[in-house]
Amino acid sequence: MSAHHEMSFWQKYVFSTDHKVIGMQYMFTGMIMALIGGYMSYAFRMQLAFPGHEVPLFGLVTFAKYSALSTNHGTIMIFWVAMPVLIAALGNFLIPLMIGCDDMVFPRVNRLSYQIFLLSAIILLISLALPGGGFGGAWTSYPPLSVEQQYNLTPYANFLWLLAVALEIVAFLLGGINFITTVMNARAPGMKMFDIPIVVWMIVIASILFMASVGPLVAGSVMLMMDQTIGTGFFDASRGGDPILWQHLFWFFGHPEVYVVLLPAMGIVAEIITTFSRKKMFGYKTVFYTTVATAIISFFVWAHHQFVAGIDPRMANIFTVTTMIISIPIAEMVFVYIATLWGGSIRLTTPMLFALSFLASFLMGGVTGIFLGATGADIFLHDTYFVIAHFHYTFFPIAIIAVFAAIYYWFPKMFGRMMNETLGQIHFWGTFISFNLIFLPLFYSGLAGTHRRIADYRGFPELYPHPNATEILPSQWAQDMQVIATYAMLVLIAFQIVFLVNFFWSLFKGKKAEANPWQANSLEWQAPSPPPHGNFPPDNMPTVYRGPYEYSVPGRELDYWPQNEPPAATA
Amino acid sequence: MIGLMDFILPQASTSATQVDFLIELIFVIVGVWFILAEGVLFYLIFRFRKKEGVKAQYITGEKHEENKWVHIPHNLILVFDVIIIIFAIKIWYGVKQHLPAPDETIRVIGQQWAWTFVHPGKDKILGTDDDVAKVDELRLKVGTTYHFQLTSKDVLHSFSIPAFRLKQDAIPGRIITGWFKPTKTGEYDFQCAEICGIGHGIMQAKVFVENEADHNKWLEGQKEHIVLPDFFPAAPMNPTIAAAPN
Ligand SMILES: [Cu+2]
Ligand SMILES: [Cu+2]
Repeated sequence: MSAHHEMSFWQKYVFSTDHKVIGMQYMFTGMIMALIGGYMSYAFRMQLAFPGHEVPLFGLVTFAKYSALSTNHGTIMIFWVAMPVLIAALGNFLIPLMIGCDDMVFPRVNRLSYQIFLLSAIILLISLALPGGGFGGAWTSYPPLSVEQQYNLTPYANFLWLLAVALEIVAFLLGGINFITTVMNARAPGMKMFDIPIVVWMIVIASILFMASVGPLVAGSVMLMMDQTIGTGFFDASRGGDPILWQHLFWFFGHPEVYVVLLPAMGIVAEIITTFSRKKMFGYKTVFYTTVATAIISFFVWAHHQFVAGIDPRMANIFTVTTMIISIPIAEMVFVYIATLWGGSIRLTTPMLFALSFLASFLMGGVTGIFLGATGADIFLHDTYFVIAHFHYTFFPIAIIAVFAAIYYWFPKMFGRMMNETLGQIHFWGTFISFNLIFLPLFYSGLAGTHRRIADYRGFPELYPHPNATEILPSQWAQDMQVIATYAMLVLIAFQIVFLVNFFWSLFKGKKAEANPWQANSLEWQAPSPPPHGNFPPDNMPTVYRGPYEYSVPGRELDYWPQNEPPAATA
Repeated sequence: MIGLMDFILPQASTSATQVDFLIELIFVIVGVWFILAEGVLFYLIFRFRKKEGVKAQYITGEKHEENKWVHIPHNLILVFDVIIIIFAIKIWYGVKQHLPAPDETIRVIGQQWAWTFVHPGKDKILGTDDDVAKVDELRLKVGTTYHFQLTSKDVLHSFSIPAFRLKQDAIPGRIITGWFKPTKTGEYDFQCAEICGIGHGIMQAKVFVENEADHNKWLEGQKEHIVLPDFFPAAPMNPTIAAAPN
């Protein structure tokens, strides 16, 4: 694209090939989808707390609607919020800036990736409005329910839901190729492998992990679509197929997918805790090697989702061992992050609060996973609210807390203005406390035997007290927990208004940001805020002299040392 | 072990005690780890807050004496992982992998959205004409070791009795055999635990665990007997491993 004529609005913001614009397109699409996914959880959580009542701003949550809401909430939050924001938005925005180049190596593949992603989101939303309503067979879409219209009663949505997921995967395959190639080929002169910021490594390893695990799911999706449309019987037992086969293909991708979104979040946290504790990362190489180990082991744990699904019980023993083993590198990574704080000079800014609370809450997600990975305990806990609470203690820190940390941290770079710190702190405490009040009680509901995906527990005397009961059994507290969780969710939603106000107000009226407001080392902070097309001045592209975490180096007056500052310039 | 699980939801089968022991063991182990890790995290945040004139230290974390702060907990986790694995497999083996000899065998058939339970009747043999079939009502005799033969007519369902701490998915085209032994009389909930369509939430049943006299009285009162659904093989299955694919 020639640089000397003014680009129109369409060229600049809609059909742009600039990595920063594409990153923002992903981010805003992800934010809109997060609002939709959040609205869905509002509707079904209200139904759980107050079964059978009209939900304000929604209406009656029927069984069919409940299934559609919970299915699409899960699908949207993982495929249309966590993936686009953590990988596509941040990967696109940060990678060229942080490795010191002017754009992705395949800018037009990049644009195509976003366009396919947008199409997939539109198809998903259309599927909700067609006769029969949205697909309600759970985000795992197990056959035969997901195949046969006579069973799922959603004649259009079961196919369109699957098509949307498949297209979304295609978009991320294109994006992933771009990330990996760019990082391998377009780094600034002098940037060696271990000078790459951890968040960039994390996004690259996540992309490799995604590309290596998603193949079987793509094949499985095509087989499932053929079962739905042209009458093949890959997953139909009566014709020699096997419904369990889908579960293997799905979870072979589904478990690594957890790490696909976890790793970028861990990367964000690494950048933020080093900057705001003015510390070098404790054991950069340890982080790198534990990440690679986690990624590799994550290919051998998938059947822990299927212990009671009808797999050979002897096989469960193998998967319980691999699942316990994966706790080791992950725990080690968390220890390294905590150790980084030792001897620091910690500033509790909004991004730092979010990053630290990520560690505090992810720990809860990690330790509760042990219960579910242990075969004997999973017999009971499988598909209960214990599972729901557990994975929200991993996914909420990943997709919400770490994303807020990233937005507060990189907002000055993205838009050239600072966000309001007071509003940020209010938003943080409101979000963090209410998040815990939603999901801590649900562990209890799970232990009392509340199973997932049930719209109304009034039919279960163990869980729901009779209206005239004089005594409430401990297992019936499960319902009180549902009520507490719903109230906490309303509070959580209310505090997001603070964020939206802060975000849009700062976008136009915030204080102008300098190039490096946090006094950080990595290259994105050496470009202007916001960076122009091409990122760095063409005659002055950065050269790298050191790693990204040289904070508080002894004998140096300044407590930071930008990666591109020539050694001669030191005092 | 600490009585937590029995307090929340009474244990009504032999496997409930086993499963709960494991849950409580893990609860204690990871509970201690969790409190320690959070404690260290909050201590460090508090201890190393920014102070005027105090510069952060320069620590690479790559020297041996620094690394040990990560390697010692790492090795300890390995030890605790091994303990948990041993108990997990031991209990899994007892509940799911090993089948004790049955006193009676029942059939459990899921379909959208009801459960059919086939009792073997007075002769205790399935497939004879005194079998009793009930919809959404499972009558059991306390202290009896039951085998169940589980299948589905349409989509996946899951056979789940929380008070028994028991769960097994039902799969069309397969018969999965498992076992349980009720230990406490009473009425218990039965939930379908695998999404099976819009009626999943109403696919509930009642489990009645009765003493011998009550159970026999109920059996006496059953006049209607049934013909077995044709998708079951004529001869009862006798696999050596529960839940193995047929
Ligand atoms: Cu998993
Ligand atoms: Cu069901």
